[in-house]
Order: sequence, then structure tokens, then C-alpha cells
Amino acid sequence: MNGVPRRRSTLPGFGLTMGLTLTWLSVIILIPLAGLFLKTFDLSLEQFWGIVTSRRTLNALRISFGLSFLAACVNLVMGMVVVWALVRYRFPGRRLFDAIVDIPFALPTAVAGVALTQLFAQKGWLGAPLAELGIKVAFTPVGIFIAMVFIGIPFVVRTVQPVLLDLDVEIEEAAASLGANRWHTVFRVILPSLIPAMLTGFALAFARAVGEYGSVIFIAGNLPNVSEIAPLLIVIRLSEFRYADATAIAVVMLLAAFIIIFAVNRLQRWAQTRIPAH
Amino acid sequence: MSEPQALTFTPRDNIHTEPRVIRFVIVALAVLFLLIFVVLPLIVVFASAFSRGLSAYFAALTEPEALSAIRLTLLIAAISVSLNLVFGVIAAWAIAKFEFAGKTFLVTLIDLPFSVSPVISGLVFVLLFGAQGFFGPWLQAHDIRVLFAVPGIALATIFVTFPFVARALIPLMQEQGTQEEEAAISLGASGLQTFFRVTLPNIKWGLLYGVLLCNARAMGEFGAVSVVSGHIRGETNTMPLLVEILYNEYQFVSSFAIASLLAMLALITLVVKTILERRLDEGQVPSDD
Amino acid sequence: MVRRILVVAAGLLWASSAFAADVSLLNVSYDPTRELYAEFNKAFAAAYQKETGKSVEIKQSHGGSGSQARAVIDGLQADVVTLALAYDIDAIAAKGLIATDWQKRLPLNASPYTSTIVFLVRKGNPKGIKDWDDLIKPGVEVITPNPKTSGGARWNYLAAWGYALKKSGSPDKAKQFVADLFKHVPVLDTGARGSTVTFVERGVGDVLLAWENEAFLAQREFGKDKFEIVAPPLSILAEPPVTVVDKVADKKGNRAVAEAYLKYWYTREGQEIAARNSYRPRDSEIAKEYEKSFAKVELFTIDDVFGGWTKAQKEHFAEGGIFDQIYKN
Repeated sequence: MNGVPRRRSTLPGFGLTMGLTLTWLSVIILIPLAGLFLKTFDLSLEQFWGIVTSRRTLNALRISFGLSFLAACVNLVMGMVVVWALVRYRFPGRRLFDAIVDIPFALPTAVAGVALTQLFAQKGWLGAPLAELGIKVAFTPVGIFIAMVFIGIPFVVRTVQPVLLDLDVEIEEAAASLGANRWHTVFRVILPSLIPAMLTGFALAFARAVGEYGSVIFIAGNLPNVSEIAPLLIVIRLSEFRYADATAIAVVMLLAAFIIIFAVNRLQRWAQTRIPAH
Repeated sequence: MSEPQALTFTPRDNIHTEPRVIRFVIVALAVLFLLIFVVLPLIVVFASAFSRGLSAYFAALTEPEALSAIRLTLLIAAISVSLNLVFGVIAAWAIAKFEFAGKTFLVTLIDLPFSVSPVISGLVFVLLFGAQGFFGPWLQAHDIRVLFAVPGIALATIFVTFPFVARALIPLMQEQGTQEEEAAISLGASGLQTFFRVTLPNIKWGLLYGVLLCNARAMGEFGAVSVVSGHIRGETNTMPLLVEILYNEYQFVSSFAIASLLAMLALITLVVKTILERRLDEGQVPSDD
Repeated sequence: MVRRILVVAAGLLWASSAFAADVSLLNVSYDPTRELYAEFNKAFAAAYQKETGKSVEIKQSHGGSGSQARAVIDGLQADVVTLALAYDIDAIAAKGLIATDWQKRLPLNASPYTSTIVFLVRKGNPKGIKDWDDLIKPGVEVITPNPKTSGGARWNYLAAWGYALKKSGSPDKAKQFVADLFKHVPVLDTGARGSTVTFVERGVGDVLLAWENEAFLAQREFGKDKFEIVAPPLSILAEPPVTVVDKVADKKGNRAVAEAYLKYWYTREGQEIAARNSYRPRDSEIAKEYEKSFAKVELFTIDDVFGGWTKAQKEHFAEGGIFDQIYKN
């Protein structure tokens, strides 16, 4: 970012800090996760495959990943609307709304869970009018979706916001002076430079929603095959004393998480090389 | 609080912005979305907490079980934040100030807890330290309690909050480069002196920022702690767990009272965060991921 | 001012941790017994102090019966377990923490209080629910927790099965009935308490299959003007068992207290506490005294109809068992 090519550093402490980093990382993250993988070796390959492809597991994974994907899409679209409004326009309370965006990030998930349930239950402030319309939210997959949208709100906004803020106005002006109409400028000039940030935000919201537990379980109906998310199935398998099953599902989810986060870091590198330093 | 940020964009003429109608629609949509999805749930928490008046609210908060949950939550946050603070600074130093192969991979590993389901974060410690787990028999033989006690809850919380400090510092320290530190070293300062005299003043706001987010998550963690807690009343219940328990005991006012404390924590976190972001170089805002 | 508030808050926070009893027991129990043990613990502590001069503090942990058993297996240091069904204690015994003959160590299958499964309906019983068959009428929504995680739900399930079996005499018909029943279930919470909250507080469903004590409690908490209890003519005798966790109690040196604690259930006072909390007492005198509080229900036992917990568990709730088959369809 600072444009200075890196040389071999003359700073001290690389060996020590790297050693400590790796040690701490191993103790807290790697060894526990390795334990998880080791535990799956209690299972034969067929057993593992049988658990992962059982109807209940597949449905739970489908619900977790499918609804997370939908929620991340909504977050992407609404996140862009919000970020556009926050960065490009001035309206009363803009600062306040800017700060509010982070609430889902700072609010403990259990609190979000009870609050959303209270809000969307058949007797709730929003649930009652929706029920009149014949729409049930709480205890249906829609409820899970709502909770996932809630927790994903900050991600797209916060990844796109700095990029949009830094975007050179001159490019827009140049496009406009070359005769492009506003529509063209937005979709051909501005949006493409936001894509890496948008994708990053999308992926982060998606990853968060896939693993989400606290805010979802209160509002989900928890019906097997219908509204049972994968993390809940892990908890259920644990309480049925079926550690191997819990572990197998956890491993699948963990691999997915790893892939998503790796993709995000790649995206960020891509974004850094694409967008010229300011 | 001045408005440095607002100065960066000026009202544009029509070529550079959208028609009035579209502008209005976009702002309305954004505001409506945030009101329904973010503000309303928050209001519900406080409205429910105070639905039976102030005295019921304070009575709920001074119950022995509530006090013990608050105490435990503070203790766990203190342990996990301070450990992750030290680690975060060390890791950021190694990653931001030096070039080495496999950096993306290492950063990915540090980031991993962000996207690992909290349930899995708890599960891994059950598998390690549970009586049936890898270290379980040994721990039992030596009468060391990890699971269903403070160490287990702290470990799960450290796992979940692992990336926050490091991730807040890495971009900041990368951007600041190494010249200042190198100058200090060449003037004969020791490594530690360089860190405390040169680096630390440069990163102090970023560090606070990371600590703040780390703390918010540590106090609010539910899924991971739920798996390792054992739910012993007055002993291993943290505030988020107590919210669930009271909710299930029909004590809705008490449940939402505790929830409101946590919501208050979230709001304070946001206020401090906004202030810190202003302090952090106007330009570079660390991302939230 | 701010400082004073902070000082007071800090004082409050730390003051209560100073208290310590001579003995501390951990009772790991299931969901609906929270109120029961709150009262029982207080009574026992007083009685114990009077008898021995020692103060005893009983800590509680509540959750789904299966999850709680799992926690104990994983090392939760429970001196006693008081779970929803024998199978969950058997699971702990299978890991060597409890002697396998635990159910013989205390009278009456080690179940000092019993309960049954009843229906909780909304005021006026708008769907006219009187018996098990009414549950599978079109348009009726039934709330029950997940039998895989909740002990109470397993009793619900077996009660329904037992009813259908007694009525039709054919296991196939019974299976069909239970399968139909679960088609009417819109929400499967993981614990009995979660289901009650769903039904009572969130207004979902027409009828809640619940422990009798849980139904009474909901009625007490939310008002008789809102809910009615319907006792079906035939239901199951639910026997939640209690026992000492030998390994843990011995290690902590708590065996004597733990045993005294459980035996206190079989005293007059203990039985009265159970009855007051709407658990059916075992003691015939107390039962007579509280006769009017409980509806007359013909009760069958799990041993009669299902040949005991181990068999029932294997047939119905194990992986690939009948419950799984129902949810595959």
C-alpha cells in the first residue's frame, strides 16, 4: 500500500514473534481443530460418508448453506443500498445510521435471538401484522433467514464503504464528460471497482450466517429436515451421545469455513492489486 | 465532535448524482431496512426489560444468579482479552513487519475462528478435554477441571475472539511500514524499546479498537460457551447463557434485563468505536471482518 | 456520583461471592424441575443443618435430559443426577460413573415422584381436544419437543404410542398414529421448557403435549384464564429417576450428603414438596391429600407396554429407529 518495495527487514524479533505466534496459534486453534479431525478417524470412510450424506444431515447443511446464501444475497443488495446512501447522500441522522450498522456485530447473538423472536412471534410487534397477512416468520425457515440477514448486515457495508469513499471522483467526472449517462457511470465505472469489496463482504456475511447458532435457534422451528440448521444438528448429535456424527458434520462445516476464508483473503489481495494506491 | 468525514464529499451537480426520486428511494430503503432489522430488535430488548417498571428491572439485575453471571462474564472477558491482546500484538509484528512465504495461509488460519461455527469452537474443547476426550483421562487423574469450569469457558472464548486484535493491527502496521522502527534500531534502540517507544504510540488507537471488538465478542459469546459451560447455576453461567435460561423460566423481564445490559454494552462499544475510528488516521478504517 | 455508583456496583458484584457452605452438592437435572428443586433444595438444606449442624449448598444445572447426561459423561462434576428418564442415567452408568444396579438402590425404581403426559390447550379448548385421537384431526397443531434431545418428548411419544397400541392392538397402526401425530407438529424444540415457551408465550400451536407438572406450572404462571389442562383418559406413568453419581460423589467425599439428599425425597416433607409442585407423589397418604389436584387418568408403565427403557430406546429412538423412520417419510 505504501508503494515502497519491501527489502529484507533489519528489524529484530522475527524469530521470537513468529515462534510465539505459531505456538499460540497451535495451542488455541490448530491442536483443537486437529483433535476434531483425529476424532473422525474413529469412523471408516463409508461411515463418515453415510453420516454426511444422510437425509437429515444433508437437509441441515442445505438449510444452513442455502439460507445463508440467500441472506448474504439480501445483505449484498441491501448493503449496497445502505452504503450508497451513507457515502453518497446526506440526510438527517446519517451519522447515527452509519453507527447503527455495526449493532448486529456488537450485539450478543443470544440477545439478538430473543429480541428477533419476540419481534416476529405471532404476538410480536411485527409478527402479529405479518400473521394477519398469512405470513409466518418465527419458527419457519423464514425466521432463520431473518436472523441470518440481521447478523450479516455490517459485512457488506463495512467492506465496501472505505472503497467507495476512496473512489476517485475524477473517474466519474471523466466518464460523465465523455458522454456516459449516470446509469452507465454507475454500472460500468463505479460498480466494477467495488466488486472485490462486494464479494468479500458477501463471503464474510455468508460464512458468518452458515455458522450462526445463538440468534438462529431461538427463532428457528428446529424441525428436522425443515428448519434445523447444521450447528444445531451438531448440538443434537452431541446430546444423543453421538460424538462421531457431531464431529463428521463439524468437519464438513469447518472445511467450508476454511475455503470461504481463504477465498476472502485471496479476494482482498486481488482487490489490493486492482485498486491503485491513493 | 467535529465532522471531518463529512467534508470529504460535497454536494454534486446533476451529472454526478442520481435523480432526486432515486436518491430519495435509496435513502428511504436504507433507513427503513436499518430501522426494521437493527433498531426495532434493540427497542424490543429495552421495552421488554422495562415492561414491569424500574424496580423489577433492578431487582432482576441484583439477583445472586445475575450477579454471579456478570462476575463470570467480566472474568472471562478479562482473561481472554488480555491473552489475545498480547498474542495479537506479537502476531501482527511478525506478519506486518516481515515478508515470508505462506503469509496468506497464516493469516487465513488466524482468521479461521471468524467463520468457524461457535458450536464447533465449543465442540473441539469437549473432544480434547471432555472425560471421554483425548486429554480427559489424564486431567481426571490429576483432578484438573477444564470443561464445565472457568478454564474451559475461557478457552472457548479465546478461540472465538482469537483474530480480533491481530486483524485490527495487521493492516495498520503494514501501512505504517518499517522505516521508523528501522531508524530507531539504527540509532541503537533495543527491540523492546523500539516497540514501546515507536510502534506502540503509532498503533495505540488501532490496538484499542481491536481490544474493544474483542471484548464485545468475549462478553457476548453464546454458542461456544453454551457447549462447554455445564450450566451450573451461580457458577458457570455467563450473561448470554443466563438470558436463555431466564427466558426458558418464564422470567421474561429478568431475561430481557440481562439482555439489556448486554445491549448496553454493545451500544457503548459502538460509541467508543466511532470515536476510535475518528482518531485512527482519517483515511484508513480497519475493516470489520 | 458516577464513581459512587461504580463502587456500589462493584461491592454488590463481589459481596455475594463471600458466602460459602460447609458442603456443596451439584445436582444435574432436566428442564422442568427448576421450580421443584428450588423448593426442595431449600427444605433439604434446612433439614440437614438441623440434623447435622452442617450447612449445605446445592447447585443446580438444568437442560435437556440427554444433553445433561452427555455433560456428566463429559466430566460435569455432578454428585447426583435427577433426569427425565432411566435411559439417560443408564447411559452414564454405561461409562462406569454409576453402578449399573442404580435403579435398585432407592425404592420405587428410584423415582420418588412421578408424572404423566397431559394436553395443555388454549382457553375454551377451541379445537375441542379431549383424547389422543383429537390430536390428529385436520387443522390441529401439536407442540412437543424433539424426542431425540428431550426426555419429556420421549414420554410424549411413548404415551401416544401406548395409547394407539392399546386401542388398535397393532404396532403398525400405532406407528401410523405417531407418524400422523408428528405431521401436526410445526416446531420441535430441543427441550420441554422450550416447547412450553413456544406454545404459551409465542402463541404457536393448538395443544401442547406436556408433563403434567409443566402444564400446571404454565397455568400458574400465565393464568387459568388463558390455558386449560386436558387429561386424556389414558396416558403413561412417567417415572423420572434420581441417583448418586458414585465416581464423582466419592471423589468429592460427598456420598453421605448426596444419599441423604435423595432419601429426603422419600420423607413426608419431600413428598409434599413434590405434590405442591404438581408432581404425583408416591406416598399414598400424601397422594390422598392431594388427590383433587390431579385428574384421574389410567396410567400404563413403560415396563408393561414397551418392556423397559433400554428396549424402548433401541426400538424407537436409536439411529434408524422408528422415530427416524417417521421423519424420513
